[in-house]
Amino acid sequence: MEALLKEYLPILIFIGVAVGLSLAMVIGSYLVAPQRPDSEKLSAYECGFEAFDDARSQFDVRFYLVAILFIIFDLEVAFLFPWAITLGDIGMFGFWSMVVFLGILTIGFVYEWKKGALEWE
Amino acid sequence: MVIQALIFYLFASITVASGVMVIASRNPVHSVLYLILAFFNAAGLFVLIGAEFLAMILVVVYVGAVAVLFLFVVMMLDINFVQLREGFLQYLPIGGLIGLILLVELGLVFGTWVLAADVAQIAALPIPAVDQVTNTEAIGRVMYTKYVYLFQASGLVLLVAMIGAIVLTLRQREGVRKQSIAVQNARRREDVVATVKVPTGGGV
Repeated sequence: MEALLKEYLPILIFIGVAVGLSLAMVIGSYLVAPQRPDSEKLSAYECGFEAFDDARSQFDVRFYLVAILFIIFDLEVAFLFPWAITLGDIGMFGFWSMVVFLGILTIGFVYEWKKGALEWE
Repeated sequence: MVIQALIFYLFASITVASGVMVIASRNPVHSVLYLILAFFNAAGLFVLIGAEFLAMILVVVYVGAVAVLFLFVVMMLDINFVQLREGFLQYLPIGGLIGLILLVELGLVFGTWVLAADVAQIAALPIPAVDQVTNTEAIGRVMYTKYVYLFQASGLVLLVAMIGAIVLTLRQREGVRKQSIAVQNARRREDVVATVKVPTGGGV
């Protein structure tokens, strides 16, 4: 357990450095830089158009469809990782149980291919 | 050990604080960003108890995919959030009821944990020590053989999700001219090109 956590120590140090550095930049710019705002400086652009619309407009629903299909195949791949490293221990039964699982998802894949859900138009 | 406990409290407190911010922040996009922070810290907590695989899957699946989906949904909802907030009190009874049920369930979990500490160990599989077998291997040894029905059921759930998403959201747009390469290749020269002998001065 201790050895496992020691392997993750560099990641923790990285996170600490990243948080410290970004905090130092944000807070440092507040403290050091002169702050004399006026309405022109605070406007979105010095020249060009003002923002004329809200960022929230209706997206096409097919972005959502692509995202959901991505999640499903993401999960499928996630199931493959433990299977791949224990294939020697779980034998033929484990192998074929994964093949059946992949077969079920392949049915869905064929369905979405035939339906044209993968085509953008 | 002390450092481990300190890191645990750091991750746990950030998780709880960002969980509170998910429901407290006014902008729903900020809520989703706080949710991502909560996911990251929960992944840190998973690493602390030795569940590496779950931690990585939490980052890959939840942060990489589910949170993006939440952002899509939040941004797709073209609604006035001030207007939405007006009916807040109307949902207080049912929200309170759900909260109460969750509280009772949490109480039951903690109660059994205190009263009968060994029940959980009987039900659960013995977990091999982390130094001998990695967490991913320990999961892989039981998931595809001992829990094969649950594993196949998860495959079926994914299939239903896939078909459901396609049935609900796929709309064929009218009047789109698609390229069909098979049809293009199947066109024969004789069907579409004709040689016409044109008499001089006669026209076609």
